[in-house]
Amino acid sequence: MTELLRKTAAELGRLIGSREVSAVEVAQAHLDRIAEVEPKVNAFLHVDPDVTLAQARAVDDRIGAGERLGPLAGVPVAHKDVFTTTDMPTTAGSKILEGWRPPYDATVTGRLREAGLVILGKTNLDEFAMGSSTENSAYGPTRNPWDLSRIPGGSSGGSSASVAAYEAPLSTGTDTGGSIRQPAAVTGIVGMKPTYGGSSRYGLIAFASSLDTPGPFARNVLDAALLHEAFSGHDVMDSTSIHAEVPPVVEAARQADIAGLRVGVVKEFGGEGYQPGVLARFHEAVELLESLGAKVVEVSCPSFGYALPAYYLIAPSECSSNLARFDAMRYGLRIGDDGTRSAEEVMALTRAAGFGPEVKRRIMLGTYALSSGYYDAYYGQAQKVRTLISRDFDAAFHQVDVLVSPTTPTTAFPIGERADDPMAMYLADLCTIPTNLAGNAAISVPCGLADEDGLPVGLQIMAPVLGDDRCYRVGAAVERALEDRWGGPLLAKAPAL
Amino acid sequence: MSAITRDEVAHLARLSRLALADEELDHFAAQLDQIVGAVARVAEVAADDIPPSSHALPLTNVFRPDEVRRGLTPDQALSGAPAVEDDRFRVPRILGEEA
Repeated sequence: MTELLRKTAAELGRLIGSREVSAVEVAQAHLDRIAEVEPKVNAFLHVDPDVTLAQARAVDDRIGAGERLGPLAGVPVAHKDVFTTTDMPTTAGSKILEGWRPPYDATVTGRLREAGLVILGKTNLDEFAMGSSTENSAYGPTRNPWDLSRIPGGSSGGSSASVAAYEAPLSTGTDTGGSIRQPAAVTGIVGMKPTYGGSSRYGLIAFASSLDTPGPFARNVLDAALLHEAFSGHDVMDSTSIHAEVPPVVEAARQADIAGLRVGVVKEFGGEGYQPGVLARFHEAVELLESLGAKVVEVSCPSFGYALPAYYLIAPSECSSNLARFDAMRYGLRIGDDGTRSAEEVMALTRAAGFGPEVKRRIMLGTYALSSGYYDAYYGQAQKVRTLISRDFDAAFHQVDVLVSPTTPTTAFPIGERADDPMAMYLADLCTIPTNLAGNAAISVPCGLADEDGLPVGLQIMAPVLGDDRCYRVGAAVERALEDRWGGPLLAKAPAL
Repeated sequence: MSAITRDEVAHLARLSRLALADEELDHFAAQLDQIVGAVARVAEVAADDIPPSSHALPLTNVFRPDEVRRGLTPDQALSGAPAVEDDRFRVPRILGEEA
């Protein structure tokens, strides 16, 4: 592996900005790595070296002409295939959008381009971002670089695997119930879910609009903060975009000082259903926080136990409405239009052929939860639980500055193990879902390997709404202390591909 | 509390515009029954006096100045269409044929 691949995004940005290496060289090194390991990992749905190298050349030209670009100019990024891109297909991992070329760029895509980031390709995901393993992709599963027989998490599993496999220094994801944090945890990298509305949903193919949040993946906390800053901030094209400055995430990642910080351990996360090796690493991380000067207390969030069932009513309800737009009329797949069938028949045939089983399950579950007669008992009650979860967070953040928990109850599970057992699959998001329902910020940072299987464990750090910088401050402090202990990043312990 | 039957799944599939095969109906009936049984736990929460949240953060109407802005060209808007005729989306018939 060439040295360029091991460098951090911050270092690459510096080297490219000072013209010690060109953006083209850096892009080519990553394209070569992609060509080498993709047969094993399958992190990408689409790679087009010509398009990528043209972007890199354009950045080199801008730097050569003396233009002042941001700290990530020329740095490659892998882009989740749920953001629209005019120069690459956008499929959301679904057959219903196979080969679709969007007529406009998502705001996140546009901001990556403005900041001079070079898009390496589009990454694999669970179809329409529904899943926790990337097995629900219509284009085959992505494999975890730590153990190719295991899942890389989901739904942003192509994004997590590409960064963990050194195919990209950075990637984008979206987090609706844990789809950034869980894949980051099980592949030993950093993944951040910003405050809801802090990053734009314009051009993000919608799953559950009140929950969907774009965010960054990276191999270290500072790089994640730099990418977060590059694509976040108010967007007039998104009506739920927050009208506020991006929290000082980069400064926080550099500061990494947590002396006197109040840390709450969520009492409700742990015990039955949690892998012992995950809990062992989590408890060590809590002791580490104390040794770094944080004041640790236990905090109770009694409604968190109902977050998972509430989520699996709210998210499918929103999805059943959002996915109605895939109607075979204006774009995407159309099946059975032979002149004898009505539009409604063509619609039903197309949707049956174009959607995979998990998407169908969720559309029907949402349709059920919203039906008259069931609405109050299911969707209405879930919305009340959502209020209670926000109140639990509010009460907790009166006592402490951040909350911590394991990111996931277990390490990466084997491909196929939960594929036809939806409830078992849903448990992967047990600890991440409350944050989506309340809209606050949370990050996952690596905190070691589980003793049982030698696989990565993630520490989740949750902060209040617009307290994103706290996630980075604590995450960077933990990273610094653990890397001192390990003698380098956790990812250095991963087997060679 | 639940008990999702095969007939109920067939009804949901019709509402959802999903032309499911017979074997899919059986498979989904068993799975949806299990999922609905699990998510029905939300009923255990005493929440009579709790207001529902549709969003995590407070929402207000968002307005922008009513200015003319460039949108998609017809070619861009039609670029992904399954069928096009005279700068329009060509779709299957949407009204019943007269007898």
